[in-house]
Amino acid sequence: MPGLEDLYREIILDHYRTPRNRGQLETPPAVVAEGHNPLCGDEIQVYLLVDDEGMIADVKVSGQGCSISQSSASMMTQAVKGKPAAEARRIVRAFKAMMSLPDEDAADDGPVNLGDLEALQGVVKFPVRIKCATLAWNTFTQCLDHSVSSA
Amino acid sequence: MSAMFDVARVQADFPILSRHLNGRRLVYLDSANSSQKPRQVIDAMSRFMEYSYSPINRSAYQLAVESTDAFEGARGKVRAFINARRDHEVIFTKNATEALNLVAHSWGRANLAAGDVVVLTHMEHHANIVPWHMLAAERGIVLRWVELTADGQLDLHNLGSLLDGAKAFAFSAMSNVLGTINPVRHLTDAAHAAGAIAIVDACQFVPHNITDVQAMEADFLVFSSHKLCGPSGIGVLWGREDLLDAMPPFLGGGNMIADVRLDGFSCAELPAKFEAGTPPITEAVGLGAAIDYLNCLGMANVRRHEMEIVDKAITTLNSRFGDDITIHGPTNLEVRGATLSFAFRDIHPHDLSQVLDQANVCVRAGHHCAKPLMRVLGASATARASFYIYNDERDIDALADALEGASDIFSI
Repeated sequence: MPGLEDLYREIILDHYRTPRNRGQLETPPAVVAEGHNPLCGDEIQVYLLVDDEGMIADVKVSGQGCSISQSSASMMTQAVKGKPAAEARRIVRAFKAMMSLPDEDAADDGPVNLGDLEALQGVVKFPVRIKCATLAWNTFTQCLDHSVSSA
Repeated sequence: MSAMFDVARVQADFPILSRHLNGRRLVYLDSANSSQKPRQVIDAMSRFMEYSYSPINRSAYQLAVESTDAFEGARGKVRAFINARRDHEVIFTKNATEALNLVAHSWGRANLAAGDVVVLTHMEHHANIVPWHMLAAERGIVLRWVELTADGQLDLHNLGSLLDGAKAFAFSAMSNVLGTINPVRHLTDAAHAAGAIAIVDACQFVPHNITDVQAMEADFLVFSSHKLCGPSGIGVLWGREDLLDAMPPFLGGGNMIADVRLDGFSCAELPAKFEAGTPPITEAVGLGAAIDYLNCLGMANVRRHEMEIVDKAITTLNSRFGDDITIHGPTNLEVRGATLSFAFRDIHPHDLSQVLDQANVCVRAGHHCAKPLMRVLGASATARASFYIYNDERDIDALADALEGASDIFSI
């Protein structure tokens, strides 16, 4: 059995205790999407504001969840904020590939530096928790899709 | 422990409990979800498949007779176990969920029209909510809800007005989250006084208590096999004969017909009318063996053992963790079973169950298929430890020790 130290790395617990970019954004101009983890009942909301240049001007997360889903959401907001939307999608694909959920579109992406998010790679050893780690990312992707369609 | 109940002997009957993972014994505290199986059930199913298995009800050969006898014998065991009047009031389904869907679909469509009221409670499992929601969407029936008291019992102060004009009252005999044992006879009486039928979800009740559908004055009662030491894949709908007789069939197909013509069909008698297709034959044999097993222990002894276990569990957890643990549900043991949902410090139940797993302590974390109740509790999820006949004080201590470990990791 993999050890808990693979899962609960210090940086994960830090983001869990002190989540970054928590809160809400005014909609519109921001868009919001809600994500559910039907296994455990967790519900989160991701707010996304993409500016006229297609840059992610702001992103916030509200709702509740376990340490893995909350820390993953927190680190995600740091990773995508200030980046072009296309770059954010590359990060999403790279993260999901790390979660053993590769995307066909990732073939041309080249190397992506996930930074602190690498701390979550231990989640793959606990397959039940992959849904926790990817909840915010799937919800964020919905936001991106809404932003594109409304732009 | 009660002199009449030897938990060590019970444990020895369950092969899985001798399994060690990573050098540590298994602490199985998820029986409200699904129970483990004793050797007697495993052997009965193996023996049946090795020696007697064949399709039932169709053929004249010796094996078919043996197989049919075994299947119908299981029905008789179920009838006696819940003190039903007649064998053919016992319908085998896939599980209790299907049994509730059968009632909502068949009885509901035959008896409910737009505006008709069905009363449910805030502590219902999704299986006793969603089929009624589906009927509400299709038929425009109206759902009313019995709310809960602060200690997780049904708040019955306005039951009369909720039931006023209602056609059905569908409620859990015991909550799968709170452990609350509801006053079934009081509730069926109230339903009947209002002219409603009483539908009892007894999934959590039957495995742990003496069940008497006649004393309960129930109209329908459902439960599953897999929570009472039997196999998964089979559940039970018991219904009053006159109600079942008047209902249209649920699933159509083989076995449920008297005749099929090019221009229509006619139904078989009970119970075949509600058992379309090849039923879970081996599973019925296993369910019968599980009932034999529980009868040998004695359901009064089972209940006594569980009251002792849950008393010790509550005492141990409260004395070791004080205000850091919140156990949901009633404190009065007379109205609660051995199912404990709890919040521990601020640690999310999903994280808790992950840490407990390191000590092979198996608990459920989540919404327990009771999201409306979770919203009442103000939580998205709880951790739930549920005890059964094979659990003892060592399991309580293992749970408490593992909870200490969780505190260390999250240092809250």
